[in-house]
Amino acid sequence: MSEAIINLAYLVASALFVLGLKGLAHPRTAVRGNLMGALGMLIAIVVTLFHKDIIDYKLIFTGFVIGGAIGAILAVKIQMTAMPQLVGLYNGFGGGASLLVAGAAWIETLTMAQAGDAQAMALLGNEQFSVATIASGIIGAVTFWGSLVAFGKLQGLVTEKPVRYTGEQVVKVILLVGSIVLGVMLIQTPEHITYYWYMVAVASVLGILLVMPIGGADMPVVIALLNSYSGLAAAATGFVLSNNVLIIAGSLVGASGIILTNIMCKAMNRSLLNVLFGGFGEVAEAAEEGDIYAGKIKATSPEEVAMLLETARRVVIVPGYGMAVAQAQHAVRDLFNLLESKGVTVEFAIHPVAGRMPGHMNVLLAEADIPYDKLKEMDEINPQMEQVDVAIVLGANDVVNPVARTDPNSPIAGMPIIDVDKARTVVVIKRSLSPGFAGIPNPLFALDNTLMLFGDGKKMIQEIINAIKEG
Amino acid sequence: MTDFVMILTIFVLAIFVGFEVITKVPPILHTPLMSGSNAISGITIIGAIISAGSQHTALTTILGLMAVIFATINVVGGFMVTHRMLEMFKRKE
Repeated sequence: MSEAIINLAYLVASALFVLGLKGLAHPRTAVRGNLMGALGMLIAIVVTLFHKDIIDYKLIFTGFVIGGAIGAILAVKIQMTAMPQLVGLYNGFGGGASLLVAGAAWIETLTMAQAGDAQAMALLGNEQFSVATIASGIIGAVTFWGSLVAFGKLQGLVTEKPVRYTGEQVVKVILLVGSIVLGVMLIQTPEHITYYWYMVAVASVLGILLVMPIGGADMPVVIALLNSYSGLAAAATGFVLSNNVLIIAGSLVGASGIILTNIMCKAMNRSLLNVLFGGFGEVAEAAEEGDIYAGKIKATSPEEVAMLLETARRVVIVPGYGMAVAQAQHAVRDLFNLLESKGVTVEFAIHPVAGRMPGHMNVLLAEADIPYDKLKEMDEINPQMEQVDVAIVLGANDVVNPVARTDPNSPIAGMPIIDVDKARTVVVIKRSLSPGFAGIPNPLFALDNTLMLFGDGKKMIQEIINAIKEG
Repeated sequence: MTDFVMILTIFVLAIFVGFEVITKVPPILHTPLMSGSNAISGITIIGAIISAGSQHTALTTILGLMAVIFATINVVGGFMVTHRMLEMFKRKE
């Protein structure tokens, strides 16, 4: 197949990627959008198989079978609550593939140049080729190892707590500079391919150290950022190979990741630098906690909550990561159906950073068959909060902490929250009064209109359902 | 150097297209957006295919094979899991 036809096919694939992402603008068109993206990928892969340099297909198809089997099994078996770690893992594989392809391209060019190929010699001296190879290697390695650490943290294999030590920022800067220096050494002595692997090794350590200090609730930012990196690594590989479809697809993904990262940071009123390098999640002073909660906490029972719900006209449920941990989404659906059948309006208020990745709560509730028009964004629900009879907070904490509005010195000051405190009655379902990720007490729990229902999220919802049915 | 400018042009324009298209994705679809865009970033697979199939040296062939495996996991897994999620959103129309 001629170069021109292959490139035209790549153009078609690129257009399909753009149209595919465009389809994701609405749940109705999203399935078709995703299929268009997949079709674009299929076209790109098929025409590439006709590339003139390919002399053997055995290994290619071996790779397809192994990778396809692993990918398919993961995709089918994964639980929706575990989606953040799966996406984290996929990010990592994308970055890993980019660094391997860039490394292989360098070695191929080097061997051809050593055999006297003039074009290859020129390529080794070309800044686009060499700088892109280094960028691809560094970004790819940071993405791969950073994603593996993120996966480990989300899966509970690595501590979710921020791992911090003195001088960590200096160490990271040294690693970044070190990997760039090794890259420059590779450019100056292209035949020393070992410099590439040293560079990748240093960048790998950097990737690990970048994600280790990030705590659990900041994971949405990190996952979105690594998503962006995986795209940028692909784009860099596109510059290595002078391949347009890699550049287009990579930059689309890079842009997507950056937008999501930005949305997540805004939703916490923190800068990206603060999330990556700032301290957060320090332990609160116990005295302060005592002052806020002493004598003001009203514990309630599932029966009392059931009575409240039966007389309510409008109920809003605010889910958080705790709902995912308790696997309570199906119980929540049952409560939703029961209340709706009794004529109560039930909606869900979803904070952008609820859960461990962007959109995490929406996926869980969609899995449980909650219609998507019942899933409300924070900005949509907040102005109506005063008309809400009962707000149920299920496994969320910092995102409903009114301190964000009132105390400018709080670590979450200025963070947009869901104003559940403005609802007539607030029911907080929670195991204990322990603080959320920000490490600060939540005065919401001590408000006059707040009732605490202590217990496991799923069990409590089920008991409320039973109480309503019996009542 | 003109080649580089042309490629850079494509890169910059694609980023603009990306921003325009993706800012229109609603928050409820952010998770499928991530997994779907992730699958698209598996486009590196075409570079991997050429490395694994052209067999310049033993080392590049092995690197290519590994890259094909990684990228295929990304592509196949990414599109499939996105489809699975989007079907859940579609079901309740």
